[in-house]
Amino acid sequence: MCGICGCGQPDGTIKITKVSAEHTHGHDHDHGHGHEHHHHHAHGNGRHHAPHQHHGGSFQPGKTVLQIEQDILGKNNLLAEHNRGFFEAKNILALNLVSSPGSGKTALLERTLTDLKNEFPCYVIEGDQQTSNDASRIAATGAEVVQINTGKGCHLEADMINDALKQLKPADDSLLFIENVGNLVCPAMFDLGEGARVVIISVTEGEDKPVKYPDMFHSSQLCIINKIDLLPYVSFDVEKAKEYARRVSHITEFIELSATTGQGMEQWYEWLRKKVGR
Amino acid sequence: MHELSIIASIVDIAEEQVKKASAQQVDSIELEIGELAGVEWAVLEFAWEVGVQRSVLENTDRYIQRIPGKARCVECGSSFLMKQIFDPCPKCGSYFNEILKGKELRVKALTVS
Repeated sequence: MCGICGCGQPDGTIKITKVSAEHTHGHDHDHGHGHEHHHHHAHGNGRHHAPHQHHGGSFQPGKTVLQIEQDILGKNNLLAEHNRGFFEAKNILALNLVSSPGSGKTALLERTLTDLKNEFPCYVIEGDQQTSNDASRIAATGAEVVQINTGKGCHLEADMINDALKQLKPADDSLLFIENVGNLVCPAMFDLGEGARVVIISVTEGEDKPVKYPDMFHSSQLCIINKIDLLPYVSFDVEKAKEYARRVSHITEFIELSATTGQGMEQWYEWLRKKVGR
Repeated sequence: MHELSIIASIVDIAEEQVKKASAQQVDSIELEIGELAGVEWAVLEFAWEVGVQRSVLENTDRYIQRIPGKARCVECGSSFLMKQIFDPCPKCGSYFNEILKGKELRVKALTVS
């Protein structure tokens, strides 16, 4: 069923498009599917019945109790492990880049891809609700890129990555950057099969982002603090931001950089080389 | 609003179970959701009615068992109830904690007929 509105239709709004440098027109067609909302809620759901009845043990004629104990995200996690196995077998370092919109993920990628293109084969999966603008920017660097448009969806899921990989066909010993939908909440819950999760914050945001959105920082292994060239003009306290992040996660590393001026980028490349094992 | 995706996954699980049991409907569903699982309760409540429309869960009674967060301090070893994943250890103030409970996101049981 559709994960957007719960209607019976398949996920018609999710589009996966390979974008090349020559193919940069926007994909703004309206893939909406009409859904009438029948509001007849004469049933018992939607209410939490106060006395918690245990209806597990007693025999009810004609009724079967299925004690399944099934993980709700089990399907996503299983597919994420599929992806992880694929990456391991091909020695691909896959990174899931997460942040709020406007932190500079795409700018960071543009610079990284330009600087590292002679060192590693690089691939990109771009996640956005609409448009292939970001994929076009990435394609201009010469990297292979696939755009996933999630429609109204607020995050990428493992099956989308699985489908995108079939189009992208990344080579062995390469780097794969997955730019998640700009959102510090929803992507936290969905494993894509990445080798590491990288959260990006910029100094134009509040330094308390790590405690405002703890789930994302809790699940990330690297925190990039971007736009440090703007530090003289903003009140962002880098040490305070790190301290907040350490409250949420004790395994997060930090890199301070500016994708615009290039300051600190070498440290990021060193981190990547170390991860790849070179 | 990832809660809608979670509900979609619950619907998938329920539909699979109904098919497997050759049943017609789901009378009730019991979920276990941890306080630290990243689910916004009000959003889940709001999204549920939309998310289960025209599915096997449309007329199903839903029971949610909330599991409180529990952590152990890595520094001093004491266990404590954790409301947020950045809560410090109440005994020694350390943020170096291991989460023991509260990340659950499970369909515990279904009653089908």
